[in-house]
Amino acid sequence: MLDKHGIAKRIAKELQNGYYVNLGIGIPTLVANYIPEGVEVVLQSENGLLGMGPFPPAGEEDADLINAGKQTITTIAGSSFFDSAMSFGMIRAGKVDLTVLGAMEVSDTGDIANWKIPGKMVKGMGGAMDLVASAKNIIVAMQHVNKAGESKLLPACSLPITGLKCVKKVVTELGFFEITEEGFVLRERAPGVSTEQIRQSTAGRLVVPDNVPEMEI
Amino acid sequence: MQKVVADATTAIHDIQDGATLMLGGFGLCGIPENCISALVSKGVKQLTCISNNAGVDDFGIGLMLQQKQVKKMISSYVGENAEFERQLLSGELEVELIPQGTLATRCMAAGYGMPAIFTPAGVGTEVAIGKETRVFNGKEYLMEYAFEADFAIVKAWKGDTHGNLIFRATSRNFNPLMAMAGKVTIAEVEELVPAGTLNPNEIHTPGIYVHRIFQGTHYEKRIEQRTTR
Repeated sequence: MLDKHGIAKRIAKELQNGYYVNLGIGIPTLVANYIPEGVEVVLQSENGLLGMGPFPPAGEEDADLINAGKQTITTIAGSSFFDSAMSFGMIRAGKVDLTVLGAMEVSDTGDIANWKIPGKMVKGMGGAMDLVASAKNIIVAMQHVNKAGESKLLPACSLPITGLKCVKKVVTELGFFEITEEGFVLRERAPGVSTEQIRQSTAGRLVVPDNVPEMEI
Repeated sequence: MQKVVADATTAIHDIQDGATLMLGGFGLCGIPENCISALVSKGVKQLTCISNNAGVDDFGIGLMLQQKQVKKMISSYVGENAEFERQLLSGELEVELIPQGTLATRCMAAGYGMPAIFTPAGVGTEVAIGKETRVFNGKEYLMEYAFEADFAIVKAWKGDTHGNLIFRATSRNFNPLMAMAGKVTIAEVEELVPAGTLNPNEIHTPGIYVHRIFQGTHYEKRIEQRTTR
């Protein structure tokens, strides 16, 4: 089984040289720590930065330089700043190659819910609806089941939808899944996880091909 | 050219109860601190505020929420404010949550003189309820209207006496868009210089969009999430 760093590591293997990538808050942010050697990617922060660098050394925090999670960050060689309309312009126009975000629920048709729990959480969607409506390639990083032990990979989302038919891949602590017309297709099992375990934890349509390999991370 | 005013109090003197305001900033980054303080002191109420976030409990728009000056917030994310959540759940505060890119682009449309935009953000979600949709090249889009705001209040790094503005790093965010969108635009800047001092090649917001400008004081520039290596 993967921990959150393992999930981030596996997603990082999807990065290709030259990609412009938007990483959401939570596990997706960790992907930046595992960018493979020899792969150069440019991180987009939707508050208005391309070329997001690491956190600053203590004492060098700049209140004017934050990421979409409001954390202090730095720039790198080749960074650029822009306003929020241009930021979502490049997202809407499909210039961002890969979007990684967290979710509360994903359906076997690629719908995603991650912005609201009626009566409980009303924080807002931020940029998530814009991202999922336009991104060409969306990977969701999330836990396979919720705290009550219920599957988050569902036939249909029960929570308010963020976007329809948009998620392409899902990585959880149990495995790597591709979403196709047939539903969640299990491509890789997390280390030490059986296909049976994955079947039991997946409520949506699941396709298990013969001889699903164990993930290499 | 009579754009320079003495201070925030003068700049906001004619903002009345019930006004619709745009306030620049993302989180606490690039917010018009001086004008928010002046609005709190003036005590105007029943305000509609268009701002990506609602500040935190004791800073930014949170200060106006504490004084119950806000009737309605139009934002994309309001997660960092307990008082906000309390007022929302108790029904004291009306909130319209809209996607961040939609918010930005509705500001842009106003500044570009366009009545509406089409965006795929929110299609198939509760954001789309009651909205006109159009299909272009096989994909569905929502029609979203340009914002109308009585005042836009923005914060820039540098400005000149003609109202030209330059923003710094990610504190740019919504500021130049809202600056273009207000019927009256008020800019507070960290450094106000005479016209001719700033390089015209480096201006982000041309002065035509700015009606009042002043040099702010005592910027706190609070950091929400101080993260280090």
